[in-house]
Amino acid sequence: MSIKLGVPSKGRLMEKTFDWFATRGVVLSRTGSDREYAGAVEGIDNVDLVLLSAGEIPRELASGRIHLGVTGNDLVQEKLVQWDQKVEPLAGLGFGRADLIVAVPQCWVDVDTLDDLDGAAAAFRKRHGFRMRIATKYHRLVRDYLRRGGVADYQLVDSQGATEGTVKNLTAEAIADITSTGETLRANHLKILAEDPVLRSEATLFRSRSAPMAGADRDTISELRIKLGV
Amino acid sequence: MASIAEIRAEAARLCARFEAAGAVPVDCPVLQPAETLLDLYGEDIRARAYVTRDPSQGEMMLRPDFTVPVVERHMAEGAEPARYTYAGEVFRRQEDHPDRASEYMQVGFEVFDRANPAAADAEVFALISDVVSPLRLRAVTGDIGLLIAMVSGLRVSEDRRTALLRHIWRPSRFTALIKRYAGMTPVPPSRTALLSAADPFARAGAQIGLRSEAEIATRIDALRKEAAEPPMSGEEVALITAVLGVAETCPNALEHLRDIAVDMPSITHALDRFEARCTALAARGVDVGALAFEASFGRTSMEYYDGFVFGFYADPAADLPPVATGGRYDALTLRLGNGRTIPAVGGVIRPDLVLTLGGAT
Repeated sequence: MSIKLGVPSKGRLMEKTFDWFATRGVVLSRTGSDREYAGAVEGIDNVDLVLLSAGEIPRELASGRIHLGVTGNDLVQEKLVQWDQKVEPLAGLGFGRADLIVAVPQCWVDVDTLDDLDGAAAAFRKRHGFRMRIATKYHRLVRDYLRRGGVADYQLVDSQGATEGTVKNLTAEAIADITSTGETLRANHLKILAEDPVLRSEATLFRSRSAPMAGADRDTISELRIKLGV
Repeated sequence: MASIAEIRAEAARLCARFEAAGAVPVDCPVLQPAETLLDLYGEDIRARAYVTRDPSQGEMMLRPDFTVPVVERHMAEGAEPARYTYAGEVFRRQEDHPDRASEYMQVGFEVFDRANPAAADAEVFALISDVVSPLRLRAVTGDIGLLIAMVSGLRVSEDRRTALLRHIWRPSRFTALIKRYAGMTPVPPSRTALLSAADPFARAGAQIGLRSEAEIATRIDALRKEAAEPPMSGEEVALITAVLGVAETCPNALEHLRDIAVDMPSITHALDRFEARCTALAARGVDVGALAFEASFGRTSMEYYDGFVFGFYADPAADLPPVATGGRYDALTLRLGNGRTIPAVGGVIRPDLVLTLGGAT
């Protein structure tokens, strides 16, 4: 057996993760061709690098197929029911920072709080005959947030990408999405509600609470954690 | 744990008890159109029910209860008065309690009868109480109709009343609204800025989306009216708190609420109905003097009960969901009846829990 470390398989998230580990003496790299998802680990023995889509890492951690994994805590909390019983966050890595927020059209000058959103939703349903649509891919987190905020008369519509465009395209009245700078929101004439975000997210190193470990694996994890300082 | 066969056998016994009480057995499909249930309960039901997609019929839901399909069926083809019983699986997602069953049997008894609501309430409660009596459960009752009457009689604007009625089933939001209307929480700065702006639309930017500028202007007008409305009086807030806090035996609760009604006469009719129900329950042999009444009971269940509500609970140490629950849902028949309505009351028992606790016979 060996310790399996899951890391996002491409893009800035992968590069930044590689940098974070390298700074701490653990060198991760992709091997083979650019298209092949294989990797190598130097600086510590008995650790295998597994390159995965960031969205799959929560599930792999929960099922115990990988011991450690780097992904956003937004994805962990959206995808895993009772996430804290399945994985343990070891360290925030300081990048990939973003907030999951609810945004409405800038022209909704009467809506700034969840209380306003609820009032607007009630009037909207009465006027249009259907529940106000909020586009998102974070169904569980957003529904829970709106329930706690006492918002009724809305519906979540699924949007897996280009969510900011749904309002202009008349497929939603508002959105709930991840944003880091708010740039794309502003460009699409949307504004963030003046409330705490649904969630503050960053790239985080998680440990699976269920991955099977032999004696040597425990030693490896301890050694790795000391090296990484987590 | 009882086996599925044992649970089915218990369900059949319970169903037979309801049939003996005059109910006609009915059944309904497991897959229900999601739209009907979503429109009734709102998005929250997705957290509690399984939604699936059918290529031709669109979004479908595994029935989370029988009440809605039974009401629909009665409104479409039922003769009055009617008593129905059913037994079958219902499906509930358990995101907050993964240890609880997500698929279990329910045996129900529903009465559609406009002759005498108090008698119908008592009939359903007494029958279920009798069936589960060997289990030594604790019964709790409540009355959402009392809360609706309370809100309807408040000395506030129609907009405030509507908002409060809309949130009766969301207690924390309800409390937040009361506090705001009473001036106990500060007005958010964004609201103050909006209402004091010479031109509220000055920074609106491009008009996008389905919600029009006219709709936004209408809400701003409503907010202006709301801001100009005097705060709810401290006495009224105290009366609401007093009503919501009532939790004692039925006779004591009734007496306590009659005292409150001196200053809040709008609940008098609801209390007359409560009293009539107590009399009807006693006539059916229920020990009303020992029966608990909690004014806030039933506010967090799915929002279709609008009158009498009840639940039967095992010892808290057993950490079980309620063994039996039910209530009156007149407004649901209006929503599903295309303009027609019929007073309706019913309840369900969980045969699996009945067996866990030793069986009903």
